[in-house]
This record gives sequence, C-alpha cells and structure tokens, in this order.
Amino acid sequence: MMHHLRTTRWTELAAEPEFRALVRARRWFVTPATFFFIAYYLALPVSVGFWPAVMSRPAWGPLTIAYAFALSQFAMAWLLLALYVRRARKFDLQAARIRKHETRELFDARP
Amino acid sequence: MRTQQTLVMFAIFVGITLIVTYWASGQSTTRRGFYAANRRIGGLQNGWAIAGEYFSAASFLGITGLIAFYGFDGFMYAVGWLVAYLAVLFLVAEPLRNAGKYTVADLVSFRLRGRGVRATAALSTLAITLFFLIAQMVGVSALAKLLLPQLGDVAAIVAVGVLMLIYVLFGGMLATTWVQIITAALLLSAAVGLSLLVLAHYHFSLGGFLAAASHVRAGDHAVNLLQPGLLFHGAPGAWNLVSLGLALVLGTAGLPHILMRFFTVPSAQAARTSVAWAMVLIGAFYLSTSFMGLGAATIVGKERIGPRMYAGQAIAYIAHHPAQQAALNEQLTKQAYIVPQPDSNLAAPLLAAGLEGSLLTAFVAAVAFATILAVVSGLTLTASSAFAHDIWFSLVRNGRGDETEHLFVARVAAFGVGILAIVLSIALRGFNVAFLVGLAFAVAASANVPVILLALSWRRFSRSGAMIGMLSGLGASLALIAASPVFMGSRASFPLENPGIVSIPIGFVGAIFGTLLWRDRESEQMFDQLQVRANTGLGAEI
Repeated sequence: MMHHLRTTRWTELAAEPEFRALVRARRWFVTPATFFFIAYYLALPVSVGFWPAVMSRPAWGPLTIAYAFALSQFAMAWLLLALYVRRARKFDLQAARIRKHETRELFDARP
Repeated sequence: MRTQQTLVMFAIFVGITLIVTYWASGQSTTRRGFYAANRRIGGLQNGWAIAGEYFSAASFLGITGLIAFYGFDGFMYAVGWLVAYLAVLFLVAEPLRNAGKYTVADLVSFRLRGRGVRATAALSTLAITLFFLIAQMVGVSALAKLLLPQLGDVAAIVAVGVLMLIYVLFGGMLATTWVQIITAALLLSAAVGLSLLVLAHYHFSLGGFLAAASHVRAGDHAVNLLQPGLLFHGAPGAWNLVSLGLALVLGTAGLPHILMRFFTVPSAQAARTSVAWAMVLIGAFYLSTSFMGLGAATIVGKERIGPRMYAGQAIAYIAHHPAQQAALNEQLTKQAYIVPQPDSNLAAPLLAAGLEGSLLTAFVAAVAFATILAVVSGLTLTASSAFAHDIWFSLVRNGRGDETEHLFVARVAAFGVGILAIVLSIALRGFNVAFLVGLAFAVAASANVPVILLALSWRRFSRSGAMIGMLSGLGASLALIAASPVFMGSRASFPLENPGIVSIPIGFVGAIFGTLLWRDRESEQMFDQLQVRANTGLGAEI
C-alpha cells in the first residue's frame, strides 16, 4: 500500500520537523560512535605495532597491557552495542509516530 | 578410526540439513522465498545465521592455530572480526532492510537509478563473492588433506560443492539459513566446550592458565604468548596490521553475503536485533579462540602441533610445492608475514585429542567441514541473486519476465556459480589463494562501503560518482594486491599485504570526484525519498 505514495509527498515528509528531529537524533549518536570505535580499534594495531615494548608490560598478573587492551575491545563493542540498542528504541518510537501520522493523512485525503 | 568417526558425524549433519532442505523446498517457489526466505526469519534466528555465515573454517582452525603459535598476534585478528560488526550495526543494517529488496545493488540504485550503477554494483558483488567462494572451496582440499587424509581432496571438493548446490537449488534462502544456524550452534558449542575443558585442565584458575600461557616451552627456551610481536615485527608489520584492520573493520559492512541476510527479516528492528545477537555470538566465539589457542599451546605443546602454522589455505600450496618451501619461508619471514607450514591448522583438533580423545577430535573435524558448507551456500545464493536479479532481470530483461522465469534464471545462475567454483577450486588446489580473502575484504571496503555510505548520506551524490567510486575502489584493490608481496613475492612493488589503507581512500576520492564532475539532479531529488524510507521504514518491502 505504501508503495503508491507520490514522490512529491516524500519531499514534504523529509522537511517535516518530526522527521528532521529523528534524522538529527540518529546522527547525534551514530557519527561520534562510529569515529570512536574506529579510533579505539585502530589504536590496538598502532600501539602494538609501533610500541611493542610498552605493550608487553604486565597489566594484571601475567596478562600484558596488549592482551588486556585487546580484551577491552570486546567490552567496548558490547557496550556500544548495548547503548545503541537502548537508544534505538527511541528512534523506533519516533519512526512509528511518523509512519502512523503519514498513514492517517493518507486516509484523510481519500475522497 | 578418527576418519570414520568424522565421516559418521558429518553424515549425521548432512542428513539433518537435507531434511531441512526438503522442508524448505516448499517455500522457495517465489523470488521472495528463494532470496529472502519470505522475510520471515526472526531476529534471533538471523543473528545465529549471520554468525554461521561469518565463521569460516579459517576462523575456527586458523585463528586457534595462530594463537597457539603466536599468542597475542593471532588473537589480534579475532578482535577486528567482532568490532567490524559495529559498522554493520550503525551504518548499514537498518537502512538496507528499509530501502532494499534482494541485493546490495537495490540499495545503491534506489536513488541512483540507471543501468550503469546497477551493473557496476552487481559486478562488485560477483567479484567479492567469487573471491570468497574460491578461497573457501580451495580450503576444502587443504582441510581434507589435514583431517581426512584417506579421502582425496578432489572428492572432498566435489562432495562439498554438490551438497551446497542441493541446499541452494532446492531449499533457497530458508534452507541456507537453517544450515547456517545449525552450523553456528555446533561451532559455538565446540568452541565453548573446548574452552571449558581447557579451564578445567587448570582447575578453573584463570591465573594458573595465564601463568602457563606466559611460559610456553619452545625448544630450550620459554615463550610468553601473551606478549605482542611474535608474528609481526617492525614497521612493515605494524603498517600491515593497520591496513588489514581498516579493511576488516570497514569491509564487513560491504560484504554482500552478510548484507543479504538483512533482507530475510520482517523489519529494520529485526535487522538490528539480528546484528545484536550476531555480535554476542561472534564475540563469545572469538573470546573462546583465546582459550582454545593458548590451551593448545600449553596442554598439547607447540612441538606436537607443528613447527609453525598459518591461518588459511597456504598450506596446500606448500604441500604441492615442497621445493619452494624454504625460499618462501625465508622471504615471508623477512617481510614479517605469516609463514605457511603444513601441520598448521591442526591446533584445535589436536587440543580436542589432548583433552578428550578421538570422539571430540572427530566432532571438531566434522564441524570444520560443516562451517565451510554453511559459508559457501550463502555465497552461492548471493552470487546467484546478483546475476539473476541485478543483471538478468533488471538489465537484460528490463524488469520484465514472470516469477517462473525469474526463479529458473536464479537456479541456473546458482548452478553455474556452483559448477564454476568446483571446477576452479579443483584447478587451483595446491595454489596459495589465501590472498583472495584479503582481496574480497579490500574490494568490499573500497568499492562498496564508500558508495553505500555516500548514497545514504550525501544529497549531491550522483550516478557518475557511484560508478567511478566503485570502479576505482575495485581497480585499486585488484592492482595493489597484484603488486603486493602475497602475489608477487620478493618482486613486489607495493609493500603491504592488504591494500586497504590506500584503496579505501581511493574509493572515497573516486566517488567524490565523480560526483563533483557531473551534477545529477534526478538522483538529488530522489535523496528525500531514500532518506525518509531508510529512517522510518515507510514503503519498506514486506
């Protein structure tokens, strides 16, 4: 049913404050999170590759800083995942409101 | 004895998956069924299937072996393979489900309408899937040599190829999905089981386990497997790691066979849930490679696993060209690359033998074959959809043709891809094709990812930008791999093993340059529609 929306309608929809708010909210989370995880991940090969002696020092018992840093990447990935999944519930609500709004207007517009 | 046990367990796996295929065949009578399992796979199931699609035998046997020999440096590979899913989660999974239909090309050509963009996107999908497919199938012959020496390697390739074709041709996406779910469950239980056995060996004392791993006897001296630098040394090693890491982290978000899985779920929400589950499972698996690898080194001992090892198909090359082994080793060691040696991938099976004896070993070997089967089925289906849906249906037939014709073409394409993979991998067995996996990741990261990201976020992005971007990313990856040490050996003119750090920027620059060159008002106007659909799910395929 949704396929028959006319193209002009998409442009109007894209300009609506409700939709802009959704796009902004999503970008607010996704952009910094993406830069953060890429930087955090690349810090591992860079630090290990260029400063192996420092990274070989013990962090916890026999566990080296390098291994602890590698394990922390798992924690980082799961933490960002949890944060995103939690935040995305809000995006879902916003998207559902826009969808509901849009379908109602379609019904109202019927003769 | 072990060979028989392995074959019996593998036969049980095949029997179960064939029953699943028979059950699924009734639901593969439409395109939506064949490519996307009627979009009725749940988020949790799809998470398991993504894991099954992602774990290859190389990550199971290869990473475990790398960790057994090089400790931390091997584990570093595993880290990137999990972190990469954050890019899938944040950037592509949900928009892809909302705005796509069956293929990656659907998403890219949603606003960049036209034959050129779709053809280029299909070409890049076919290139990536074929590289992967051939690497996996050649890997079958190496695995057969290691785990089932009585069975010929050609017989193993043909058996895997035929089974994969049965799953795909008759059961389509639904059968492929369940094969992947079953494989992921088997693999994860094998990995977690072995890890627990390793911990039990150390009386569940993490400190004792780590202490043992930091003093592994190798000949007359002890090695600390927890410290970096055993595999990669010096500046070339460091740059290799960074380039490989970049290609891994971005490339996964452009792998067509992973992305295709998001068309099988009912909504963008389910797509997100499936990445979440996949990340839990993939993370658990790669954490356990640490226990398996370090356990293999400490319990079984380096000497018994082999002098050195390598995470891929390079072994087969050495097996066929023993004369060149010394020269190749020397050259690879000098350039800080992994040194391929025959006994390599046996760390996990030998650990199993060391812990529980032959039955567990046979189980681990059977699981290794099952993982290859799950991966190649997904790849064949993806290549078939790129050919039938993008090239035949959209370009040759201009969107005409009925369901019967479409399904027929899809099955013929899958059959053709399968036969091509069998023939090529029989011809190429014994050659070192490990570089194909790195190449596939580099192409995905350099050709697909820039174009997917820009299409979703840059209003001005144009058709010429998409085509130039994809072609320059593809061309740069191919050219740099061809000039790299993995292909040219000592005559290499490009110093790095993986071209990512150079080819990914080339892909982005090509896409931006092509956009600035020609303005494309039509694609700009379509941006609103794509943005609304991708973010809200309005008009999504159901």
